[in-house]
Amino acid sequence: MPLLEVREITKVFPGVLANDKVSMTLDAGEIVALLGENGAGKSTLMNVVYGLLSPDGGEVLIEGKPANIHNPRQAIDLGIGMVHQHFMLVEPLTVTENIVLGREPVKYGQVIDLAFARRAVLELSGRYGLKVDPDARVMDLSVGMQQRVEILKALYQGARILILDEPTAVLTPAEVRELFGVVRSLVDEGLAVALITHKLEEVLAIADRVLVMRDGRLVGETRPADTDQAGLARMMVGRDVVLRVARTPGSPGEVVLSVDDLEVDDDRRLPAVKGVSLNVRAGEVVALAGVDGNGQREIVEAITGLRRPKAGSITLRGKDITRATPRQTIAAGVSHVPEDRHRRGLVLEFDIAENMVLGDHRKAPYAHGGIVSTKAVADTARKRVADFDVRTPSIHVLAGALSGGNQQKVVVARELGRDPDLLIAAQPTRGLDVGAIEFVHEQILAERDRGKAVLLVSLELEEVLSIADRILVIYEGLIVHEVLAEEATDEMLGYYMTGGGGSKLSAPVEKGGS
Amino acid sequence: MAGRPEIVEQRDWTGIAIKAFSPVVSVILAVLISSLIIWAFGKDPVAAFSALIRGSFGSMNYIGETFLSAVPLMFTGLAVAYGFRSGLFNIGAEGQLFMGGLAGAYLGVVLGGMSVFIALPAIIIAGALAGAAWAFIPAVLKARVGAHEVITTMMFGYIARYIVSWLVTGPLKAPGPIPQTDLIGAGAVLPRIVQVFPALQLGRAHMGLLIAVGCAALMWFILKYTTTGYESRAVGFNPLAAENGGISIASTTVKALCISGALAGLAGVVEVLGVQGRIFDTFSSGFGFTGIAVALLAKNNPIAVIPAAILFGALSAGSSLMQLEANVPIKVVSIIQGLIIFFVATEPFVSKWIARRRKEVTARAQ
Repeated sequence: MPLLEVREITKVFPGVLANDKVSMTLDAGEIVALLGENGAGKSTLMNVVYGLLSPDGGEVLIEGKPANIHNPRQAIDLGIGMVHQHFMLVEPLTVTENIVLGREPVKYGQVIDLAFARRAVLELSGRYGLKVDPDARVMDLSVGMQQRVEILKALYQGARILILDEPTAVLTPAEVRELFGVVRSLVDEGLAVALITHKLEEVLAIADRVLVMRDGRLVGETRPADTDQAGLARMMVGRDVVLRVARTPGSPGEVVLSVDDLEVDDDRRLPAVKGVSLNVRAGEVVALAGVDGNGQREIVEAITGLRRPKAGSITLRGKDITRATPRQTIAAGVSHVPEDRHRRGLVLEFDIAENMVLGDHRKAPYAHGGIVSTKAVADTARKRVADFDVRTPSIHVLAGALSGGNQQKVVVARELGRDPDLLIAAQPTRGLDVGAIEFVHEQILAERDRGKAVLLVSLELEEVLSIADRILVIYEGLIVHEVLAEEATDEMLGYYMTGGGGSKLSAPVEKGGS
Repeated sequence: MAGRPEIVEQRDWTGIAIKAFSPVVSVILAVLISSLIIWAFGKDPVAAFSALIRGSFGSMNYIGETFLSAVPLMFTGLAVAYGFRSGLFNIGAEGQLFMGGLAGAYLGVVLGGMSVFIALPAIIIAGALAGAAWAFIPAVLKARVGAHEVITTMMFGYIARYIVSWLVTGPLKAPGPIPQTDLIGAGAVLPRIVQVFPALQLGRAHMGLLIAVGCAALMWFILKYTTTGYESRAVGFNPLAAENGGISIASTTVKALCISGALAGLAGVVEVLGVQGRIFDTFSSGFGFTGIAVALLAKNNPIAVIPAAILFGALSAGSSLMQLEANVPIKVVSIIQGLIIFFVATEPFVSKWIARRRKEVTARAQ
């Protein structure tokens, strides 16, 4: 008898059939990967199991018994634990306090027995090889460590079934390897793990069984031994997918963007960019590669006018835009796909049509003399939805109701639809599935081939190597290495990205492009 | 788009109905619970509410009184709603209202001898500008240094009240024992509806009602069909994305709070020109604060502000007859208002509960 069984779960959101009679099982001691594109319904299904969503049909059984799960509390009592993409920890509290939160051991009736809690945490972390300092405050921990705390919390609450929602999205490659080691030891101890993901190589590396979802339905089941990346991608997307887009070398023309000795502070007013010079030519993709938090965001915000530079200059086609406002940079021909589509890219409470013209909303034909032409807005929105294959029943669906991939398509459609001279794409494929990644990459390269300048900011070496013509490695606010894409390797970039080149020695490099 | 399940573009009409009718449900619940309270005090709730309804809608005259009380609430309701739609909580509408009223009372005396067709529009516009100006300072403080508008507009509310207090006891005091300004001139008096449309015998109700309804329609248009409204809503929902779209958060904030202040200023000037004829310390019975309740009940929809304000106007207009006939104290009306707000505020829980019940019923039916 399976530990967890899901029978014909159906879940309808307004206009979207998120789960269409999905059935699956999960046994003790196995890792099942739920693979699918963004919006395929993986997270919806697991949120139903965890009691965050109530299904419109079907049932969940634990050890063969129908389980009536209306909220996470009931799910936890039945031995189900879930680690979300966005952690739900109380940052100022310690690791131990977070883990026992909600189930604090007490002594003398009322007092929390923190010493006992601490021992319990140490015992758990020793048993499963989840090393963590029980006394550290969560806010001081790295993302990978915080994830461990989440897993320990689920274990402390007695989870026998552990659901991990896109656990690797926030991790570095080394952390991913450690996580997989932990997951393996968990199932060796008899737990069952459901892993939600859209990353093919992870599925092949860790899963015992793979369930593939598409458009709310379960479309296939396989084992890693019986398939490969291309096979999984085909099942997931429903057609053959090019995992690495075909690319012809770029033909760089005149300099479009030129940044000189740029210095920018971060939100805490500490220097984040310490004298960066770079340029991007028409018809080339320049990648700014680096580990997150090395000044990339500040550079992008300075160019787009969202942040005031402290020193240096930025020119676009010879025009000084160093202190331009966002409105002026848009008018000057800069488009920006922000790194976080929810934070900066979209107004989630606006519908698709309204989002499609954000930034162009004052201009004809969308507005005349301050009066909005809803017809022109709708016409453009319909055209862009079609051109960029945004999957939506209507242009009047709220952006917040779309899946991540479709939201990103809306942002990309808007920014490219403006026909810019310079496209700044910051982590344009973050959180997207292979099909959507392929699409975004194709669009970026098409833009390049139309003679546009593209500045790509990415944390993914794979992405950098597959679409950039020239790569700049940024480390601690300085460009520490510059290389042509065809001469670059994973190892070389990784070496410079993690400070291997030494930040002190790195005068801004100017070659290949200037 | 092969392989996609067929999704019919259908609207969740029941969900929309729940949303639209939840304020109505809130009002009904508030009435039921206040009935219990009235009953618990040994009075007859049926008699009380019957008197309340007759006292607010029972005759053309009573309806006129209801409109009279509703007009300032329409303006302040619109003022607060516009702020909310732009992500701002203008808690100081009361102060902007006082400034609008002050401008009306002062100019009503100064320009009162002129023709109605010149004096009236000029004074009304001046009242709106006074309200906008009073909101402008907190708006700039918010835009420049991030001072929270809840604190600053409220403090400016006190300042406005005490300025008026000082002026009516000192520099602008009319002769006589009462601290109030001189009566405005004939050219500044906002005519009653019955004077313009003799067929509508609406008692003291004045033309401010039409101005308020016109403002509601205008605000609806601004929010839906102008770039100003688009930018206000964008900043209200997600300022960072708006900024990325080239919208200046600072100037949008200033503009929005000034529009909000202008609407509150209209409440004050219209009340002076249409009802009181002068300004004095207590000329507003907290219209600016009740406006917050009106905006909440209307869910910040400008058109819905009209019925919401009429409801609150009816409560205050009908309360005297309720006291007279059913011997229920006027203060019960405050309890009803409080309960309405309580249920509107808890609406998300209520509609969730309704949705769950609905599902259980359909599940059982299958």
